Amino acid sequence: MPQQRVIVVGGGLAGLAATIRIAEADMPVDLFSMVPVKRSHSVCAQGGINACNEVARQQGYSEYQHFDETIYGGDYLADQAPVLEMANWAPRIIDLLDRMGVPFNRTAEGFRDLRLFGGSLFRRTHFSGATTGQQLLYALDEQTRRHESEGKVNKYEFWEFLRPIIHDQRCVGIVAQDMRTMQIRAFRADAVVMATGGCGLIFGKSTNSVICTGGAASRCFQAGAWYANPEMIQVHPTAIPGADKCRLMSESARGEGGRIWVPRKQGDSRDFKDIPASERWYFLEEKFPKYGNLVPRDIASRELFDICVNQRMGIGGENVVYLDLTHRDPDYLTRKLGGIMEIYEKFVGDDPRFTPMKIFPAVHYSMGGLWTGYVHGAYDPPQPHGEHRAGGVVPVSTDSGQGMQPGAPENMMTNIRGLYAFGEVSFAFHGATRLGANALLSCIFDGLFSGASVVNYVRECEPGETPADSLDPATFDAAAQHEQSKHQALLDSADAGDMTDETNPYRIGHDLGVEMTEASTVVKSGPRLEQCLKKLAHLRDRYSRVRLSDAAMWTNQSLSYTRALGDMLILAEAIALGGLKRKESRGSHFRTDFPDRDDPNFLKTTIATYDPQSRSTDISYRDVDTRLVRPRPRTYGKIEAEQQHKTGQPVVAK
Amino acid sequence: MALAHAHSPTQRRLNRQAAKPGRTIRIRIKRCDGPGKPSRWEHFDVKVERGANVISCLQQIAAHPVTADGKATTPVVWDAICLEEICGACTMLINGRVRQSCSCLIDEYAPNHGDSITLEPMSKFPVVRDLWVDRSRAFEALKRIKAWIPIDGTYHLGPGPREPARPQLTRYTLSTCMTCACCLEACPQYTIEHDESKWDASFIGAHAISQVRLFNSHQTGKQLAPDRLDILTGLGGIASCGNAQNCVKVCPKDIPLTESIGAIGRAATLHALAKWFSGPS
Repeated sequence: MPQQRVIVVGGGLAGLAATIRIAEADMPVDLFSMVPVKRSHSVCAQGGINACNEVARQQGYSEYQHFDETIYGGDYLADQAPVLEMANWAPRIIDLLDRMGVPFNRTAEGFRDLRLFGGSLFRRTHFSGATTGQQLLYALDEQTRRHESEGKVNKYEFWEFLRPIIHDQRCVGIVAQDMRTMQIRAFRADAVVMATGGCGLIFGKSTNSVICTGGAASRCFQAGAWYANPEMIQVHPTAIPGADKCRLMSESARGEGGRIWVPRKQGDSRDFKDIPASERWYFLEEKFPKYGNLVPRDIASRELFDICVNQRMGIGGENVVYLDLTHRDPDYLTRKLGGIMEIYEKFVGDDPRFTPMKIFPAVHYSMGGLWTGYVHGAYDPPQPHGEHRAGGVVPVSTDSGQGMQPGAPENMMTNIRGLYAFGEVSFAFHGATRLGANALLSCIFDGLFSGASVVNYVRECEPGETPADSLDPATFDAAAQHEQSKHQALLDSADAGDMTDETNPYRIGHDLGVEMTEASTVVKSGPRLEQCLKKLAHLRDRYSRVRLSDAAMWTNQSLSYTRALGDMLILAEAIALGGLKRKESRGSHFRTDFPDRDDPNFLKTTIATYDPQSRSTDISYRDVDTRLVRPRPRTYGKIEAEQQHKTGQPVVAK
Repeated sequence: MALAHAHSPTQRRLNRQAAKPGRTIRIRIKRCDGPGKPSRWEHFDVKVERGANVISCLQQIAAHPVTADGKATTPVVWDAICLEEICGACTMLINGRVRQSCSCLIDEYAPNHGDSITLEPMSKFPVVRDLWVDRSRAFEALKRIKAWIPIDGTYHLGPGPREPARPQLTRYTLSTCMTCACCLEACPQYTIEHDESKWDASFIGAHAISQVRLFNSHQTGKQLAPDRLDILTGLGGIASCGNAQNCVKVCPKDIPLTESIGAIGRAATLHALAKWFSGPS
C-alpha cells in the first residue's frame, strides 16, 4: 500500500498549525517554506489574538458577539458560518497556545492579561508583549520541531513553491525549487495546503516581509484556482514610512491609550511639547466618540489620508500624523508595548515613551485570497438575527460544529479538489476589512480546524482510492519540465544585451508598487483604476522583455524575484479589475465615485478567474452567506465633526 | 573578531543628527560565489535615501549592480525577511561587528559624504553565497535540547498552568530569541564546522543554553529537564563555555544570556551530581 502524505506550503501560523494537526493524525507532512519556518512573516504580528474570555463574558461579551463584531467589521462580505465557528473556537485556541507555553502577559494574580483592540468595546485581546505573532509562531515552531524529531514532519526550508500539479481535476503534488542549488523537482502529495500568506509586495513598500509577493497564490490562480475579493486590501493606519519598507506600529499602541492628533493650525512648526491640548486636533476622537482611536483600520486610514492628503494638515505639511503615548507611564509602556517601542526607537531614533511617533497608513493585509468552500454546520436560524447587544441572549451554543461541520473534506478547500488554502492566502473570515487581532486567530483556527478536513479528504475521498503515489510519473515529470523551461528562459535573458530601466525587473517591480499604491489602496475611483489597468498592461509588456542581471546557476535570488514579479503582475490585475467592477464602497474598498455600500448589487463575493490561453482575468460574483445575521449600516457611531465639543479629552472606551 | 562597538549609542545619535542629506557613501562587500569558491571584495557607491538602512542600500545595488569603478556585476545575495529586526534573517558583520542589517541605519554609520560601511558574511557558518550563510547548525541545536513543551496534543484540555507576572516576563524575554546566531558569531568557543557529523560534539552555543532555561522554567516543559541537562553536561555542552561573555554584548534582544548560562550551569552541576550518586541508570 503506497504511503499517503500531505504537502503544506508555507510555515507561518496557518501552515504550522496545519502541520501539527495533520502530523498528529499520523499523516506524514512535507512542509515547504522559502525561509526557515521560525522566520516566517507571522513574526511581524504584534498586537494580539482575540477570543472571548471570562472577564469579558461577565461583562456581557460572548463568542457570538465576537462573531457579530467580525461580520460587522468586515462589512458583511464574509461568509458567516465559518466566522461563527472561528469565534466559538477562539477561547479553546488560546487555551491550547497557553499549554504550548506561549508567555501571554499576566495579571497580578497570574491570569492572562487582556487589552482593548479596534472594533470592540470589550477587552478581548490576549497578548504577549507587543510581539504576539512572534511568540505564537515560536510555540508552533517548537511543536513542529518536536514532530520533525519524531519523523512525522519533513521540512523543506529554502524551497520555493512553483506550481500545483493537477491531474484528473485534483491536486496531486507540487513543483518546487531549492533556492540554494536551484534544483527543480516535482513532489507527490494526496493533498496540498497553501498557507503562503499575503501579497503586500505588489504595493511596493508595505508592512509585509520581503517574501510576501503573492507569487504562490498567483501560481495557483494561474493553474485554475479562483481568487476571491482581490480588491479587499487592508491599509493599516499606523506604520512608520521607511526607505525599504513601512514598519507596522501596532494597533495595540492605541489599545493601550495611544492618541492620534495633528496640530489644529496648518503647518504649525512648533515642537509637539509647545502645542497645548486645546491646539491639538484629536480628529478620530472627535468624529467617533464611541470608538475613538479604535475605529477599524479602514476607517482610521481613510481619516488619516483625508487629513494629510486632502486637507494638508499633516505635521509640518508632510504625510504623517502623531501617534502619541507620552501621557502614559513609561514603565507601563515598556511592559505592555516594549517590542514596538523598541522598533520605533531603533528605526527612527526617537523614544516613543517621550516623543510622539510620526506615522502614516501602509498596505498591511489582504482580506482577499484563494476562494475556499465549507460545509455549513448545525446552526441555521429561520431568519438572520439583527444586531447583537452586549448581555443579550446568545442564539447559538459554542459547541464545535455550529458554524462549520468539523472534519468535512470541503472545509477550506479551493475549487480544485485536494488543494486547500489556510490563513491570509484564503479569502475567508474577514470580508471587506479584518479586525485587529483576528488574523492570528484565523490562521491558527484554519490549521487546527480544517487540518482535520485535509486528513479526512486524503483517507476517505479520491486519494483513498487512487493515492498520488500510484499515478503515472509522466504527470509529474511534465510539470517539473514546464518549470525547468521557464527557469531556463529567465536565465537566458541575462545574455540578451544591455540592461535598461525598461527591462530591469527591480524597476518594473518599483513601478508596479507605486502604481498600485496610488490607484488601488485607500481611495479608488473608476477612471483611476482604468488608468491603472492600462499601466499594468504596459508593465506586463515590459516584463515580457525582462532581463536578469545574474545568470548564476547557484542561489540566484534575482531569478526568484523576477519569476515572482511576473506572477505579481497577474495578481495585480485581478486586484485592480476587482476594484473597478465593484461599483460601491464597502470596508477597505472605497470608491469616490460610488461612496455608498450597495447591497442589492454588491453584497457578493468577487471571483477572479484566469484564462491561461488569452492570459486574461475575468470577474464574476457569488452570493455571500448571510443566513446568520442581517446586514446593517456600518457607521461605528460616527458623528459630524461640527457637532463636537473640542474638549481635547481622550475618549476612553470601557 | 573585533567586538568593540564601532559606534556607541551616543555616537550613533550624534551621527544621525549630523547626517548630510543627499550624500553618497561607499559600501564595501565581501563576496563569494558559492561554497568552496574564493572570496573577493567589491565596492559600491550608493546615494543615501532618507531613512536608508543597509537593506535599502543593498536593494539599490540589486537594481543597479555596478561597482564603484564602473564594472557591471551581479546583485549581491543576502538573507532578509521581515526588515523589522524580529525574524533574525539579515544578520551579518557590519564594520566587523555582528548585527541585523535591517536595523542598521546609514545615518548612524556613515553620516558624511564618502564614508564607507563594510559588509561581510558571518564567519562561523558556511557561506551559501555572498552575505548569505547556512545557520542550520543553530536550529539543529534546538532539536537536540528538545526545545518544546511536551503537550498531550492539540485537543481541548483546558488552560495551561497559571503563572505569576514576574516569571512570565522572564520567560517572555528568553522567548524572544530569534536564532539569529549573533551570540554564536561573537563566541570564541564556537568555531565554524562544515562537517555535520561533528556538530553534536562541538559547543552548542549560548542560544541553546538559554532556551534550556526557558523550557525548564515552564511547569510542563520541565518534564524534559533531565534530557536537556544530559545534553548540556555532555561533550560540547555547558562546560565548553569559556565565559568570555561576548554573547550577551551582541544579543540584539538583550536576552540575559550569561545569566542563563549561570543558572543552567548550576542546574547542570546538580543534575550531574544527582546522577553520580544514583549511579548509572
